[in-house]
Amino acid sequence: MNSPDKIRCDACPVMCYISEGKTGACDRYANHDGKIIRCDPLTIIDRRLAKGDKIQPFLAANWDGQTLSGHDIVVSAIGAGTTYPDYKPAPFIVSREIDGVDCVTVVTEAIFSYCGVKVKIDTDRHIGAEAASVRADGEAIGHVMTAEYGSQMLSLGGVDHLTGGSKPEGRKTCDALLRLCNKEAVELTIDGGSSIIVQAGRAPVIDGKAEERMRVGCGSATIGMFASQWQGLVDEVVVVDDHITGVVSEHQAGKVIDWAATGIRINGRRSTPGRYFKVAEPGNGWGGTNIDDPLAILGQWRATKGARAGLSLLMVSTTGEHAGYYVLNDALEPVMLPMPAALQTSVDLIAQNCEPALCTVLFMCGAGGSLRSGVTDNPIHLTRSVHSDETSVTIGGAPTYRWPGGGITVMVDVMEVPDGAFGYVPTPALVAPLEFTTRRDAYQRLGGHNAHIRNLDDVLETGGEYGAGVRVIGGDP
Amino acid sequence: MSWTAPQAKLLPDGKRLHLHHGPIDLIVGVSGEMRDLCFKRAIDHFQNILIGLMSELDALRRPLTSDVCFIDPVAKRMAEAVRSYPDVFVTPMAAVAGAVADEVLAAMLSDKVPQKAYVNNGGDIAFHLSEGEIFEVLSPAGLLTITSRDSARGIATSGWQGRSHSLGIADAVSVVAKTAAAADVAATLIANATNLPGHTAIGRCPATLLSPDSDLGKRHVTTHVGHLPALDVDKALQAGTRFASDCAARGLVKTVAISLQGQSRITQNSFQSNAAGALAHA
Repeated sequence: MNSPDKIRCDACPVMCYISEGKTGACDRYANHDGKIIRCDPLTIIDRRLAKGDKIQPFLAANWDGQTLSGHDIVVSAIGAGTTYPDYKPAPFIVSREIDGVDCVTVVTEAIFSYCGVKVKIDTDRHIGAEAASVRADGEAIGHVMTAEYGSQMLSLGGVDHLTGGSKPEGRKTCDALLRLCNKEAVELTIDGGSSIIVQAGRAPVIDGKAEERMRVGCGSATIGMFASQWQGLVDEVVVVDDHITGVVSEHQAGKVIDWAATGIRINGRRSTPGRYFKVAEPGNGWGGTNIDDPLAILGQWRATKGARAGLSLLMVSTTGEHAGYYVLNDALEPVMLPMPAALQTSVDLIAQNCEPALCTVLFMCGAGGSLRSGVTDNPIHLTRSVHSDETSVTIGGAPTYRWPGGGITVMVDVMEVPDGAFGYVPTPALVAPLEFTTRRDAYQRLGGHNAHIRNLDDVLETGGEYGAGVRVIGGDP
Repeated sequence: MSWTAPQAKLLPDGKRLHLHHGPIDLIVGVSGEMRDLCFKRAIDHFQNILIGLMSELDALRRPLTSDVCFIDPVAKRMAEAVRSYPDVFVTPMAAVAGAVADEVLAAMLSDKVPQKAYVNNGGDIAFHLSEGEIFEVLSPAGLLTITSRDSARGIATSGWQGRSHSLGIADAVSVVAKTAAAADVAATLIANATNLPGHTAIGRCPATLLSPDSDLGKRHVTTHVGHLPALDVDKALQAGTRFASDCAARGLVKTVAISLQGQSRITQNSFQSNAAGALAHA
């Protein structure tokens, strides 16, 4: 009868048998890896704890009754439980004092069908064409979107992948979003492009190689930053970049310091002096191009424009990861020579000016639906209140950016949200903590569920419908 | 054995009492001067509620048989509530939440009665109304109002996403009935009847897989309901409404509101109506 995967809970006289991963009749105790544990406690973020403090288990009995007011304490929705369909008041409507004003925080764990993540991958490498499909375990879960300065961008999830496609597509999408939001590593493949391991707050791993540095700027910008430091050390510098390759002798930054012409010729489309587009195809080579030999982007040197035997040339990528030193021979052909120490210093300087390459994951969701009724009787009032900044919206206590216009569409950096805050339902949809905070009088004007407002110390002591456990973790100091 | 003892605490508003023991959480409200006395009676009576239930738990987890006889007062209420449904599978556990609420309310009313009182056991509510009082509950299908002239003194809600497992797919079935126990069992059975057997969008698994102790045994309970076409929603609601109408005709329930994926139906005695219950996703 008592198979190893179910155990008996002795927290109360019911003595439930609980299967692995399930809760008992009370929903307060669960079987986790063969041990009875108290379920997800309501999470209190205490900003007084210095950043980096470890999570402290918290029980109401230990609460000293102090500091129940002020901005130091944020009641997050993590572990609050949810009320979908949202006809019931949100699980916790907490009243507390902020600057003498009686404040109300409505916290719920909301179910988001309309949600996804925007992923920023700091790399120059070409990981796939814009609009190419991004896949997890073979299922399309999003696409490559407009690249940003020094970064490739992915848009993943959204209602069409979650619920608009096949069942496996929805499941894989939900699973990848959940893991990305909970700061776990996810392997993604891009149609016609790379395979990438993405993890929030970590360097991307592209086709098996960890990216180290984010470029200092485009090729043209690199010229602008370092032209004066190269002067006198070398006769020509080319910064190889798939987007904008820079040539110091032609570039405005060289002109203003009277850099002499060299007769260099770049294969590619000249934009403005010293700035070239499309010197090669995009790829994983130098500066996000597909080339391994930078000389491939050079044409014939012209003696009439200043080329001469003995002229020195530095070619370098936008991260300093690739660099080569060359000198023209009698036939005006570049010959590779060891990098002089003084030039190596300038290459190192480029690398030092690069920031570490990171993946950043922004969770984006629409909170404009029925969950608003869990907050107030008249949902549009909440929308308007959020629009006028009278009510602030946080996710797991983390600040959000609200996209202007209709609805309550917000973005949050998952690194700011406490670990393990996101969950899912098999619909499939993500479950994320969501908090609305406003002044008590404003809340009452909104048509809020006044009868359900509780004091913070009451929540700490007695918990909510789904449990009385509370934990305190350090927030941003 | 170090079980936690029953806990009783006034909520900060000073007007409501929270009673907690194991899986039971009661919020008790009383209007008028009788409050302190009523709370004392409720606390006293609450001490033995869970222990009493446990003593007869095995029998309560099986369908009623003619030879079984219960001693515990809550168990008696549970058995009484399910006795009206001899033709369907049901165990007295279907009425446990409502029966506990009824029992604690009855204890509060044992001597002089207050103006108005209620015991809310996780949404299954027993209440008392003196002449002229009304009780209002917001249900998925709209506001339900019970006046002192109605005979109903109980409300309960059941659905597949709720705390106990359901054989059906209703998001929520709210029932107004004579007692909370009667409402509880009716809500459970109407939620079970709101169903689309064999539908591919519905996930099910044996109840014992989720809760080894479940009174539902190996019967398949709902674990997931995918998006359903409107016609299928209507079909499931019709099945639930048929069962609800039968309960209403037999005088077992007063009002039933069934909600499923944005549609809802209200059954009131023999009167049927469509209500615009909009349960939109976030």
